[in-house]
Amino acid sequence: MTASNSNSKRILEIIDLHVKVEDKEILKGVNLTINAGEVHAIMGRNGSGKSTLSYTVMGHPRYKVTGGQMLYKGQEISEMSPDERCKLGISLAFQYPVAISGVSVSNFLRKITNSKRGKEIPVKEFRQELKAAMAKLGVKDEFLSRYVNDGFSGGEKKRLEILQLSLLKPSLAVLDETDSGLDIDALKTVSEGVNALASDETAILLITHYQRMLDYVQPDFVHVFQDGKIVTSGGKELALELESRGYDWVTGEPASEPAKV
Amino acid sequence: MSKVDESTESKTPSRDELALEGIGTDYKYGFRDEEDYVFKSGRGLTKEIVTKISQMKKEPQWMLDFRLKAFDIFMKKPMPTWGNCDLLNDIDFQNIFYYIKPSIKGEKNWEDVPDNIKNTFDRLGIPEAERKFLAGVTAQYESEVVYHSIREDLEQQGVIFLDMDSGLREHEEIVRKHFATVIPAADNKFAALNSAVWSGGSFIWVPEGVKVEIPLQAYFRINAENMGQFERTLIIAEPGSFVHYIEGCTAPVYSSDSLHSAVVELIAKPGAHIRYTTIQNWSRNVYNLVTKRAVAHANAKVEWVDGNLGSKLTMKYPAIYLMGEKAHGEVLSIAFAGEDQHQDAGAKIIHGAPDTTSMIVSKSISKNGGRTSYRGLIKVYPDAKNVKSSVKCDALLLDEKSRSDTYPTMEVDEKEVSIEHEATVSKVGEEQLFYLMSRGLSQDEATAMIVNGFFEPFTKELPLEYAVELNRLIQLEMEGSVG
Ligand SMILES: Nc1ncnc2c1ncn2[C@@H]1O[C@H](COP(=O)(O)OP(=O)(O)OP(=O)(O)O)[C@@H](O)[C@H]1O
Ligand SMILES: [Mg+2]
Repeated sequence: MTASNSNSKRILEIIDLHVKVEDKEILKGVNLTINAGEVHAIMGRNGSGKSTLSYTVMGHPRYKVTGGQMLYKGQEISEMSPDERCKLGISLAFQYPVAISGVSVSNFLRKITNSKRGKEIPVKEFRQELKAAMAKLGVKDEFLSRYVNDGFSGGEKKRLEILQLSLLKPSLAVLDETDSGLDIDALKTVSEGVNALASDETAILLITHYQRMLDYVQPDFVHVFQDGKIVTSGGKELALELESRGYDWVTGEPASEPAKV
Repeated sequence: MSKVDESTESKTPSRDELALEGIGTDYKYGFRDEEDYVFKSGRGLTKEIVTKISQMKKEPQWMLDFRLKAFDIFMKKPMPTWGNCDLLNDIDFQNIFYYIKPSIKGEKNWEDVPDNIKNTFDRLGIPEAERKFLAGVTAQYESEVVYHSIREDLEQQGVIFLDMDSGLREHEEIVRKHFATVIPAADNKFAALNSAVWSGGSFIWVPEGVKVEIPLQAYFRINAENMGQFERTLIIAEPGSFVHYIEGCTAPVYSSDSLHSAVVELIAKPGAHIRYTTIQNWSRNVYNLVTKRAVAHANAKVEWVDGNLGSKLTMKYPAIYLMGEKAHGEVLSIAFAGEDQHQDAGAKIIHGAPDTTSMIVSKSISKNGGRTSYRGLIKVYPDAKNVKSSVKCDALLLDEKSRSDTYPTMEVDEKEVSIEHEATVSKVGEEQLFYLMSRGLSQDEATAMIVNGFFEPFTKELPLEYAVELNRLIQLEMEGSVG
């Protein structure tokens, strides 16, 4: 896709990216440029490689970059560990958040916030900030003493992901199917949380199967993923079109199985 | 991250790896005070040394007789044939000091505590708030207690909290009635050794119906090369009483091996409740061979909360004999084994009466080739009907080199019982690490968080300051643990 903005506003630039998992090539030449202030949506069939892209941007050790470039604010990040990338300002809201048993949500949130900001935030100050963020996302107090994602419902996990991002304040937020599992009301509050991450200085990459979240979080660009690369890009109307017509007309292949939620 | 993995493998050690190497050898608490002793027995053990120990302490004849008999048993008894025999046989009993009398007499006021001992507490990082607690602490320094103070409210309640030597001097009748009734000298070779040369430890007696609100605490510390620690603890809770005793220890590093062989006896009379919490972080040359056993009478409750970090070899299986109806016993333990360490820990519960219940939760972590074993026994005597027992052992391995084994034994001679046993072995998950690292935690911080979470069922049973201390220790242990 084309970027009209100057290089200084460039957040993410992916050039001909190839990625392997367990010796199997999954990403086969992805090109994507995201500038500050933009919201990009990625859609595409199950198994087309969307989560693989999000993991690769975050630095999952199993996803090996075998070719191409991945520049964050002009800096190559392929060699960096996930924590280094987080500290640079990249965050991923997981499609399947992981449970950490025995670690309370409050303790966890405090640790990651301190770690990201590189200083100990006074407990009181943190508490205030946390309470405000929780209220916005409709996360109840009782979650603070529960273990991270342990026994959480699908929707509760997604809320916690966005709560984490709202504390980490990333410059680049990658959201992998954050909308799936959310009920109608939750979709609205969580979308508002996502919108709060957006600014002139930040960018959002949102992976989804449905138009519903895009009603709240309006994308500037929509990309269609197929077999490990972007096959079409367009404006927000592309999402609507996909919703009514499916992928066949874009990809030229019939649907192999019904898309899952 | 993907490419990072490949590149570090082939290169010379990274900064992290070098730092990691340092951690194994540079034990944090490996400092020591200058030795300053009045009397130091020669190396090795003879009848004369046993007699001398008793004489110096001006003990009654019956205690001397007890020691001498125990000495005979020790000389005759073979080494245990289970556990880590190879390591056990490395112990050279003739190269150990069995008694050292420090130059300082027993103290009562904090002000009177010598500076070098205060320094020790300093370096252990005991926070200011906790020092206030030291008003109710016995700090074992060398073989004898040098600091001891009982808070006034304890005295008013009639609670006795002394070092064992003073206990024997001041309350000979109570001691004589209960001493070695739970663990006889002939129980095992190390119990016999302790019986012959014991020195220090705590003596606690809680009168009927008295509930001790604050945990009674003791710090122990080994501080002489080749010195053995043979403390002896006896806690008696009279009917309907409650007491929580806590001991925590760290020890300095020495070049040659150090033997720690304690005996702990608990007696919970009908309806009494004893909780005994231990966090041990011996330096990596210590043999920690402890015999711990409790008797719980009808409706009594005994809990062993036992954390084993450090040492070269730990062999410790807190036992509870449930001898009265409806008695309840719990053993909650964690073990951490790093390079060249073996934590052989477990629990024994003897159901000797009907309607008795028990629970064992054992959690262990091995890293850098460390080894943990759970060795457990559940025994149910005939006619002990309606016994309920549950055993849960979870092991977490931090790398491929490390090892964990489970040796559970069940001897059940009664049909109407319900016994559950569950054991799991898991590895630190790549997905968990990635999740935490994607939030900005380094690999070490992420690992420490997972480990602390794994130990949480144990940690949450500890008083806050101990929980914080333990979390800190784990953080330290994890630095560079997964390379
Ligand atoms: N760790 C892995 N091991 C083996 N195969 C993998 C692994 N991760 C992804 N794949 C494969 O790569 C392909 C792309 O997976 P990915 O999760 O990126 O799809 P997706 O577009 O996110 O799908 P969905 O819409 O279902 O979330 C799939 O065929 C998947 O099975
Ligand atoms: Mg996916």
